[in-house]
Amino acid sequence: MTRISVTVDGVDYSDEVEPRTLLVHYLREQLGKTGTVVGCDTSNCGACTVHLDGRSVKSCNVLAVQADGHDVTTIEGLATNGELHPMQQAFHECHALQCGYCTPGMIMQAIDVLNDNPNPSEQEIRVGLEGNLCRCTGYHNIVKAVQQAAGAGAATGSSAGTTSGSTLGGEPV
Amino acid sequence: MIPASFDYLAPTSVADALSALAEAGDDVEVLAGGQSLLPILRMRLNAPDKVIDLGRIKELQGVSEDGDHVVIGAMTTYADVLASDLVRQHAGLLTDAIAEVADPQIRHRGTVGGALVHADPAGDVGAPALALDTEFVITGSGGERTVAAGDFFQDLFETAVGEGELLTAIRIPKHTGWGHRYEKFVRVSHQWSIVAVAATVRVDGGTIAEARIGLTNMGSTPLRATAVEQALVGKAATDEAVRDACAAAADGTNPPSDLNGDSDYRKHLATVLTRRAVLAAAGG
Ligand SMILES: Cc1cc2nc3c(=O)[nH]c(=O)nc-3n(C[C@H](O)[C@@H](O)[C@@H](O)COP(=O)(O)OP(=O)(O)OC[C@H]3O[C@@H](n4cnc5c(N)ncnc54)[C@H](O)[C@@H]3O)c2cc1C
Ligand code: FES
Ligand code: FES
Repeated sequence: MTRISVTVDGVDYSDEVEPRTLLVHYLREQLGKTGTVVGCDTSNCGACTVHLDGRSVKSCNVLAVQADGHDVTTIEGLATNGELHPMQQAFHECHALQCGYCTPGMIMQAIDVLNDNPNPSEQEIRVGLEGNLCRCTGYHNIVKAVQQAAGAGAATGSSAGTTSGSTLGGEPV
Repeated sequence: MIPASFDYLAPTSVADALSALAEAGDDVEVLAGGQSLLPILRMRLNAPDKVIDLGRIKELQGVSEDGDHVVIGAMTTYADVLASDLVRQHAGLLTDAIAEVADPQIRHRGTVGGALVHADPAGDVGAPALALDTEFVITGSGGERTVAAGDFFQDLFETAVGEGELLTAIRIPKHTGWGHRYEKFVRVSHQWSIVAVAATVRVDGGTIAEARIGLTNMGSTPLRATAVEQALVGKAATDEAVRDACAAAADGTNPPSDLNGDSDYRKHLATVLTRRAVLAAAGG
């Protein structure tokens, strides 16, 4: 066992983990943060996307020990005081989900896309989401949601205390 | 899936990593960004006793300038190379190729060193590294040695990095002012290259003065299309002249046949993609 200290959604945790524990399993099984899901065995689907120090990663392809000393934001850390993050709100309004399984990862990656480029073209949005697969929607409404969120200035606010520049909304404290 | 159990070490210097490697014996794996190694461990294709994580070694991270070379630390992530003006300006071919690797999440974790040592023939970093005459700095207990790109890639997943050694940096001779293009052929987005071509050319007064071409997934290692490079010298950067010179792109290659295409199809792709890459690199 190895002791790790990680900040997740603004809360500091210190835990013993087996070195082989994947970050996604640490989040789900040890911290009970089941908002982040596992959709594949090959790191292709992106359903498990979270932010590590403000940048999107596939948490099925990171060891919990690699996150030691770092800052993680999951889908559960986006809303503040019961208010949805603008990207969550846009997904809701644009009907950007059907079964919803891809949604946690899709939203985390969509925020990353806007952090990188606050005014992306439709093509840039599609390319930015290429590591996230959706079996239901055909992506059309997902792209619309990201466009709407970009218009609403949702380019930031992904995570607490990260290195990714300024944060507007969604800062859990 | 979950990897088999292993002991984990996270040294903070190259010296400590090398002694950890020396002590660990045979059954050890080095962990860089983990974007190839972790899937391998999860699928239990490998189950090492020890994993040595290079992620905490600051001296292996970052891009710098050394005279007429750009130096990239082995643990520099794809994302950080993409963001580097130095690389864009002096080795733009590498920027082009890395933009085509996997997806943003994987580019945030994966490292240039990890990709090169992993040496998957379908990987997108080997061919531009080869085309740019990259030098590989390999460090072991006996010190540092530098290996030319042509000697680095030895076979499928095999490089000049030996047991107990680490790739610590790559040194790319500056190709300032050269045009560049990475043409990657895939059928769906976010796929490994079926074939790709890395081309960088120096055009002087409408004529190609020098050309460097690397091929991805046309054999068990990245390959240089030297015959095409030579045929292009002195040619006008026009469709017709370039088309003729690029006809030899697949000569001497032995590409694989698989679900994505047979060997002959790949050879055909190589000639088409080489022409497109050279024309784009030449600004045509
Ligand atoms: C879904 C998915 C899609 C992908 N698509 C592409 C693609 O389109 N194109 C592409 O090129 N790649 C693709 N990749 C692969 C990816 O680019 C990895 O090959 C790359 O990230 C490896 O670098 P790493 O830092 O993650 O290395 P790791 O996975 O940590 O290590 C890879 C190997 O190199 C060894 N190693 C690493 N660093 C060193 C060092 N400094 N010295 C000695 N040994 C070392 C390790 O021991 C290991 O054996 C994809 C991966 C995934 C999961
Ligand atoms: S569960 Fe991580 S990419 Fe599919
Ligand atoms: S909404 Fe079902 S997978 Fe995307």
